[in-house]
Amino acid sequence: MTTTIPRQRRRVREAADFPTRPYDLVKEFVAALVVVTLLTVGLAAAFSSPDESAITMRRWAQVAPADVVATATAELAGTSASATYGPPYNHNGSGQNLLGIPLQQWGGVRLPVRSPNLVLQPLSDLVATPAVTAALAAWHRASPAARTAWATAYGDALAKAPGGDPRKVATGNYGPVPLMAVGLLALARSGALEGSLTSSGNFYGGDQTRSLLLLSDGAYLEDQARARQLGGDQWGMMNETGNYPGQPWMWLYTFWYQVKPFSTSGNADALVWGLMLVLTLLLMFLPLIPGLRDIPRWIPVHRLVWREYYRTHPRT
Amino acid sequence: MSTEVRAAGPDGTNWTTWLRTRIARTVPPGQALPDRQPTYVASWIYVFGVTTVAALLVVLASGAWLALGGAAWWHVSNLGRFVNSLHLWSVELFFVFMVLHLWGQFWMASWRGHRTLTWVTGVIAFVASIGTAFTGYLSQSNFDSQWISTQAKDGLNAVGIGAWFNVLNPGQMLLWHVVLLPFAVGVIAVVHVVLVRRHGVVPPIGAEEE
Repeated sequence: MTTTIPRQRRRVREAADFPTRPYDLVKEFVAALVVVTLLTVGLAAAFSSPDESAITMRRWAQVAPADVVATATAELAGTSASATYGPPYNHNGSGQNLLGIPLQQWGGVRLPVRSPNLVLQPLSDLVATPAVTAALAAWHRASPAARTAWATAYGDALAKAPGGDPRKVATGNYGPVPLMAVGLLALARSGALEGSLTSSGNFYGGDQTRSLLLLSDGAYLEDQARARQLGGDQWGMMNETGNYPGQPWMWLYTFWYQVKPFSTSGNADALVWGLMLVLTLLLMFLPLIPGLRDIPRWIPVHRLVWREYYRTHPRT
Repeated sequence: MSTEVRAAGPDGTNWTTWLRTRIARTVPPGQALPDRQPTYVASWIYVFGVTTVAALLVVLASGAWLALGGAAWWHVSNLGRFVNSLHLWSVELFFVFMVLHLWGQFWMASWRGHRTLTWVTGVIAFVASIGTAFTGYLSQSNFDSQWISTQAKDGLNAVGIGAWFNVLNPGQMLLWHVVLLPFAVGVIAVVHVVLVRRHGVVPPIGAEEE
């Protein structure tokens, strides 16, 4: 008869099982706090921080009036980026999907924005010239098809005009659109456009969704950003204005936008977000993933960290 | 006559003693603030955990100072600009230390010996910190905020969460930045540190088994 003697289970040594030496945790923390504070003060004094003023609608109108007119026309025609965006602003686009899963659609239209209202509401709310008032009345009397035809035709004509200059547009049947677009330009120049879009009847306007959508529908904001190397394909998601480090911890997220298939995909944002979610979960649960968790054993960087221990314990 | 004090209520339902016992069991006395460490704790890499916590405190202090003056103060005041600079650079240092700490713990395989949750909470703290810093950029009310928000909205909208986390709404982003996310980072950082103290510093690879 044979008997099996169970192998004695090997005991795992805890931190408390090792020899110790005196150590002052509180002193180390206080020293770290002093050093970090001094470093922070030194860096702040030496390099300050970037603060480039926000673009105002007035500045946009003064520097790029043709862009304001073209953007206003695109909002009326329903051809701007926000007009065709889809959820959460409207139903005019399908939005992106992640490997066929329409997450953007599932989010629903919860911040409704009608792009023509980005022009009509400021023009209606504020005291306008009689000509603009008459143009608004003509717009409201017209059929939806006529409105779209006017705005589309004017948008096409602006695109063909030298420098997009409204004064050089070929004559055509644009209805009241030119007057309305120029009316919005005048409002922007007056400095009243932000307030109208932001407050919408609320004294404490604190939501810039509509004014930012209008501004980003134009070309001026992106032109300014690209001139500062902040475009999406210029590693812009992790950078900021001036010679400052920005958000280097977002390098991996930004990296994907620079390479195919993400850089050429219409679903780039959804794909990058999906990929980053997977990578984050891999990092989070790395201790449970065979192979990944073994990398530190295969590449013995730890020999440097514990070189004193390994020197005195050569068998480990 | 014995004057021994009972550790729990007569019927064992005293919540206070239960909590005290639970705390003592989680981090036994002396282990929370130890005055001795294993001899293998002898490397500069260990510094980055404590410097990360120190930088977090500087971030919170400079952020609180900024909050005193309000959202637009730093645009119009030299002192406000300097405090904003303190906030910015403390955040940069915080991330430098945290990333060095993370890489150090990775190469030491610090999840060994029932420390998986310590690693997981560290990664959650890292991700939450990225979100907190991101909302800071959205709350600056300057050109960077305009550009970053109009670009970032597409990513959030693409996965269907842009309506609940509307980066074009600086009021909402400011509240996330100064209340919700710092609270989350603070809580998870405390849990992380408690777990570190509970389990002690991970032994060298290969030295755990006798």
